[in-house]
Amino acid sequence: MKKRIALAGNPNVGKSTIFNALTGLHQHTGNWPGKTVAGATGEFKYKNQEYELIDLPGTYSLISHSEEETIARNFLCFEPYHAVIVVCDSLCLERNLNLVLQILEITPNVIVCVNLLDEARKKKVSINLSLLQKKLGVPVIGTEARKKRGMKELLEQLHKLESEKYTPTKVRYRKETEETIKLLENELKKIDLKNLSSRWLAIRFMEQDLILEQEILNYLKKPFPKNIKKIVIERKKENSNDDFVSEIMKKAEAISEDVVCYNNSCYDERSKKIDRILTSKKTGIPIMIIILMLIFWLTITGANYPSSWLFQLFSNLETNLIHVLSYMHAPSWMSSLLVGGIYRTLSWVISVMLPPMAIFFPLFTIFEDLGVLPRIAFNLDKGFQKCKACGKQALCMMMGFGCNAAGVIGTRIIDSKRERLIAILTNNFVPCNGRFPMIIVMISMFLVSASNQIASFTQVLLLTAVILLGIGMTFFISYLLSHTLLKGVPSSFVLELPPYRKPQILKVIVRSIFDKTLHVVGRAIIVTIPTGFMIWILANIHIENTSLLAYINHFFDPFGKMIGLDGIIITAFLLGFPANEIIIPIMIMSYLSLGTLTDYNSISELKNLLIDHGWTILTAINTILLSLMHFPCATTCLTIKKETGSLKWTLYAMIIPTVCGILLCFLTTLIFNLF
Amino acid sequence: MKQKITLNNLKIGQSGKIIEIHNEESIKRRLLDMGLIPGTKITAILSSPFRDPIAYKVRNATIAIRKCDSKYIDVEEL
Repeated sequence: MKKRIALAGNPNVGKSTIFNALTGLHQHTGNWPGKTVAGATGEFKYKNQEYELIDLPGTYSLISHSEEETIARNFLCFEPYHAVIVVCDSLCLERNLNLVLQILEITPNVIVCVNLLDEARKKKVSINLSLLQKKLGVPVIGTEARKKRGMKELLEQLHKLESEKYTPTKVRYRKETEETIKLLENELKKIDLKNLSSRWLAIRFMEQDLILEQEILNYLKKPFPKNIKKIVIERKKENSNDDFVSEIMKKAEAISEDVVCYNNSCYDERSKKIDRILTSKKTGIPIMIIILMLIFWLTITGANYPSSWLFQLFSNLETNLIHVLSYMHAPSWMSSLLVGGIYRTLSWVISVMLPPMAIFFPLFTIFEDLGVLPRIAFNLDKGFQKCKACGKQALCMMMGFGCNAAGVIGTRIIDSKRERLIAILTNNFVPCNGRFPMIIVMISMFLVSASNQIASFTQVLLLTAVILLGIGMTFFISYLLSHTLLKGVPSSFVLELPPYRKPQILKVIVRSIFDKTLHVVGRAIIVTIPTGFMIWILANIHIENTSLLAYINHFFDPFGKMIGLDGIIITAFLLGFPANEIIIPIMIMSYLSLGTLTDYNSISELKNLLIDHGWTILTAINTILLSLMHFPCATTCLTIKKETGSLKWTLYAMIIPTVCGILLCFLTTLIFNLF
Repeated sequence: MKQKITLNNLKIGQSGKIIEIHNEESIKRRLLDMGLIPGTKITAILSSPFRDPIAYKVRNATIAIRKCDSKYIDVEEL
């Protein structure tokens, strides 16, 4: 039989790294609390025993505050499993032991895994693991998951866990509290508690956590003994909720004092120095912008060359493809469909979208692994505070750079429902990797062509300005929402700033290309083929000598012209709903099928194509604005629907950015027409 | 007699001992879970560019807390 093992622990202690090391999967890990928001599962085999491993979201305690913590808590309390591996950060053992002791109140089948021993060693912190095992009464394994050290020992321990007998330590509370626990336990034992521990239940009742009580009720499917409420109320005076937390923490403190030895009192001087530069009043914000610009510069200049190579490659291949098709005597409509419709759209998606993605993803991941992102959230929190939103929203925005759907899921780290909704509704103002290259193409094609160093620097400046506009809009809309639709008091913001960690650069590059970039491009290709097909059909089916595409173009043209665009662009944005990556290819294909130009070999020829169709600088600017601000893609909308459980909020998430985009485009058109 | 102040008044580099937390229940729980229990030593180590939030060292972890929350935490200057 397969054995289920759960991986629990504080946020950002390396659970996902251990998960990857054990299962051989490639769940991405990041250096910030809350990276794993949806539990991942994987499988592995050891000594002929199959295991299922569940990577739970990180949690500080089992009293839940946010969505992700509820997921972890409910799993540990109500799901069947054989054992829990509790992963601890060796540099912060005291607080991690707090969770270990809480989990020990639920189940005795615990293996404690003291991870990041390499970091501890570097900082001259030593931990007496055998003493810790003795104090906790459950097996303790030391690991360095990034180097895969200690994994064998962990597996071996898992293997022999059931054959060995352990008596886990218990936290003892004050005499009066213990008496109440006894009384409640006696009552609780009268009903079938399934696998729940009566002591744990008794304590939960004393805490009077109504949401958890309801969950327990749902789980047991039986009413609680009547006396429970009575005892809790009668003895309320003698007990204080804080005692439970304090006693556990004090025990954790006592254990940690005995087993941890700091050989160097000022071990985090370097971290402190970096922190001071990254968050100071003078340099904090400028450095963030410089980092952003550096990433953009590397992305733009780096993407140029592979982009034009791919372009060349695809147009060479196209000639061959046409030869092959004519050799096979394919009917002309078919080669037109295959080459003009599908192949070209596909080649556009790949040559324009792939290079920036392949550069941006790993660069971004490196900064993520370093631990820079929580500092950015820290720096920007004051702004979010002014908007009555949560500073952690900044973390979700940064996930949005990769993919808005991921950003929306990432909002689970925000405790307050109201603040989480704000984060969800505004996430789309950060351009994801699918829209990012679109903005770059527009900038380099129409605003500044990269002829020299200064020009490429101007491109970076413009791109940064676009992103800052998106961030500004995020603040503005968050503020508006907080004062209209989503009024309410701001909740707390407590964010842990993790220590800086050295990123595993090679691994990051390989993994982000294979897992992320190819995945995203794959998705784009899947969407491109039917869309390319459809565009070809629309362009080639004629009613009264006018193609369907031209009809649609005519339909949207007046509206498009009003906001400085045209019918084709509007159509492209609508058709790009499944995946934003295909918006530009759709535009190009549509123009090609309407115009006379049928052959193109370079980006500059494409620019001519656009100019032939009436494009001006204004068209390019407004296309950028609209790509920054329009309804989220289908995947993101579905995710929003799933996360909010409400069609209303999903519609708001679509309407808000679209209205912003249209208004801004309208404004720029007005201004432009004045001159 | 040592001075009793609220956490937001702790200067960068200065340490204090937590005496009591008066925050609203859910925030208080969150703070307790992160190890801020009465008697714990807490050091202000880092200010964000706009002077709010402030990051504190507690039990070897760095935790950022907003001023509107930290003003309900009483500490004794050390």
